[in-house]
Amino acid sequence: MTSTLEPETRRPGELAPRELTRFVWRRLTSMRTALILLLLLALAAIPGSVVPQRDVDSLETSRWQEQHPTLTPIYEKLGLFSVYDSPWFSAIYLLLMVSLVGCIIPRSLVYWRAMRAAPPDAPRRLSRLPDHASYVVAEPPADVLARAETLLRKRRYRISTSRDAGWVAAERGYLREAGNLLFHLSVLVVLVGFGLGSLFGYRGGVIVLVGGGFSNNLTQYDDFVPGSLFDQSVMEPFEFDVDDFDIEWLTEGRARGQARAFVSHLTYRSSPGAKERDYDLRVNHPLGIGDTEIFLIGHGYAPVITIRDGNGDVAYSGPTVFLPLDPTFRSYGVVKAPDARPTQIGLQGEFYPTYAFTMDSGPFSVMGDSLNPALSMTVHTGDLGMDDGTPQSVYVLDTDEAPLVEGEDGQAVRVDLPMGSSVDLPDGAGSVSFDGLERWNKIQISRTPGKFVALGGVVLALVGLLASLFIRPRRVWVRARAGEGGTLVEVAGLDRSGNGDVPAELAAVAAALGLPPTEAEETSSQRTGEPT
Amino acid sequence: MTDAGWETLSNQVIAAAGMVYFLALLAHLVEWSALRKVSTRGVARVPVAAGGVPVPTHAAPAQPGVRGRVALFGRLGLLLTVLAVVLHLVALVARGLAADPNRVPWGNMYEFTISGTFMIAAGYVVLVRRFAWQWLAPIVLSVVLTLMMVSVIWLYSPVAPLTEALYSPWLVIHVVSAVLATAAFTLGGILSVLYLLKERRPGTTTGYLARVPALGALDQMSYRLHAFAFPVWTFAVLITGPIWAHQAWSSYWNWDPKEVWAFITWVVYAAYLHARTTAGWKGRRAAYLALLGTATLWFNFIGINYFSTTSQHSYASAPASVVVDERPGQVSASS
Repeated sequence: MTSTLEPETRRPGELAPRELTRFVWRRLTSMRTALILLLLLALAAIPGSVVPQRDVDSLETSRWQEQHPTLTPIYEKLGLFSVYDSPWFSAIYLLLMVSLVGCIIPRSLVYWRAMRAAPPDAPRRLSRLPDHASYVVAEPPADVLARAETLLRKRRYRISTSRDAGWVAAERGYLREAGNLLFHLSVLVVLVGFGLGSLFGYRGGVIVLVGGGFSNNLTQYDDFVPGSLFDQSVMEPFEFDVDDFDIEWLTEGRARGQARAFVSHLTYRSSPGAKERDYDLRVNHPLGIGDTEIFLIGHGYAPVITIRDGNGDVAYSGPTVFLPLDPTFRSYGVVKAPDARPTQIGLQGEFYPTYAFTMDSGPFSVMGDSLNPALSMTVHTGDLGMDDGTPQSVYVLDTDEAPLVEGEDGQAVRVDLPMGSSVDLPDGAGSVSFDGLERWNKIQISRTPGKFVALGGVVLALVGLLASLFIRPRRVWVRARAGEGGTLVEVAGLDRSGNGDVPAELAAVAAALGLPPTEAEETSSQRTGEPT
Repeated sequence: MTDAGWETLSNQVIAAAGMVYFLALLAHLVEWSALRKVSTRGVARVPVAAGGVPVPTHAAPAQPGVRGRVALFGRLGLLLTVLAVVLHLVALVARGLAADPNRVPWGNMYEFTISGTFMIAAGYVVLVRRFAWQWLAPIVLSVVLTLMMVSVIWLYSPVAPLTEALYSPWLVIHVVSAVLATAAFTLGGILSVLYLLKERRPGTTTGYLARVPALGALDQMSYRLHAFAFPVWTFAVLITGPIWAHQAWSSYWNWDPKEVWAFITWVVYAAYLHARTTAGWKGRRAAYLALLGTATLWFNFIGINYFSTTSQHSYASAPASVVVDERPGQVSASS
């Protein structure tokens, strides 16, 4: 009986799993694939710069989505609102990393062997090399070779000599490949650092009133972006108070009205029981507490507004955060008084730190400093939609069930209030007063583990890059043998980096080994420019 | 002098520098037109190593009269260029003094562009003798002149104080490295264009293209410029940029459109160097890849401003909107 089915059943071109794996691996780690993946990565990064990204600017993203109702579901499916953690973007860079590793490992092995090897023997015919010279000197061959050795050693070549065969072989620039490998390895290090940050880090923002405080707790944040593997226990239990806030306004010159510098005076404790410290928080000068950093990234006004309802009771009172709309700090805000009776009261409108009015432009703010603060808001009464438990933004007034309050002339009632005044709402709905002005700071808090890993990685990559670009590996051979009328000296060089400076080097070596100066010019390709 | 006075002075001197650059360009054009019909054939060929210093381009023109004219206008052109560079510097310094407080003139697109063109022109003047770059004169001057006109006509904005975030030593380090890399990449791109043009007309012995360095030398010079610019760009985009972004915006990489495009540019040039050093690409294919890099570079500087409104780098004023944080760095100069 013959053996049962042998692999003869394979169709042409069919690959066994092992062969297939090898084939795919070869393909993946080839130079061409690496190039294509690199260009693909560049291409894949483009959509993220055109379509607003949720993690970068969620407000802009939701606005865009409202404007493009048909495209939004398609884009959503394609992951175009978060390109940089979409599966297809990840796939490209993961493949690139695999390709990188597959490239580094074999090259490291090759390099390990090459680094310990002696320079290769002199080829039989040095004249076949692209850069070469030959000439006759009076010195005996042994002396020429000895001088060549000293000279090349001084030029930091690694030397191997064969006295019998009469040649010196020299090589330098071994570190180029080391730099190359370092660069590629460092790219992996950067990725690890970057990954640590986006997996375990977090970033959040909070608006703190000047005079108010903050303790590092999830519930205290206005917005919070955790890493995918974020664990609440890493949040350091620090606290801080914003004691005071200074801002300097330019009062003259073309840029008058703009802020020049602002600083927030903090008192902080790294944990509830720790000693209190002071810090002046400014843009570009974050406060570090442990591994967490605290940044001042914005500021604005919070007018103190009191609403009394139709019964004369205080339905709302306190500083209300208004968001700046432009450099003059014209700001937009919303006040909600859900406890007002008989109907709920909502206000929305603008705040002007230095109020001014012209018929053409309407109300505007002259500058950001609060020289003449005033409010101009419209009034809504009815159901503000806050009782059914659906979450609402504090900056948006739900006016579906709360119509605009109109005066007898049919015009919307505007609450135009300078600071320190109050106004009654029509039909006995209540009153609004503008009692004072506070300031707020927008504080960003972030913990980015791995940031120094990433930085170290980039710096190492740069070092490796410089080495791989500017170290110029080359080989030089010198052969000397006795001939007619003296010693025939042959020198030849091989450029291993494509930098094209071997001829100059060779000319210098040849000159030092007795090449007459007139001939040197013919050998050398080193020229100086001829200015006209 | 008052700030306004300095600003006026800067504007006037920029105009004057532009005029002198134009005269220098004219002088060089006269120089080159004199050589128009002189063949390069018969000129003693100096052996050219791949990528060596370019061949001297004005070697032994036929008639002595032509030679005199070429030399005279060449020298005149260089002299005028030097004068223009000095004026250019004065304009930059005046621009810095016009701001209150005084600062480096790198706050917006206009200032960025006039600083960048200054670096190109000054670099040319300093290195022209050393590298025998006389043949580059018409190109460098045309580029500088064009960019200056673009900046004066379309990018001009009056002197304004910097946003809080820009008061940082990183402004100097980050912007200088970005401008330097941009200048070198651009020059490398121009050489790639020259390479492609010259390659299409292999046999010419007269005219400008016959007198630019040989194909191999052009290719090599272009590679060297890119090899110089790439580490500088890495430093600007992947080291100083993130450090500064971390300090000012609380996150070292924000996927901001400028950052994304700086990264794309980096990747394209990485592919270029990779293709050259490891895959052995040369000549035409390398030149096309280099031009792709130049395109992404300039798209990042100018184009992306028109496609994205969410950039923290946008120097164009964004439409007013409800923003929670008044983002610092609205007028940052580069990515």
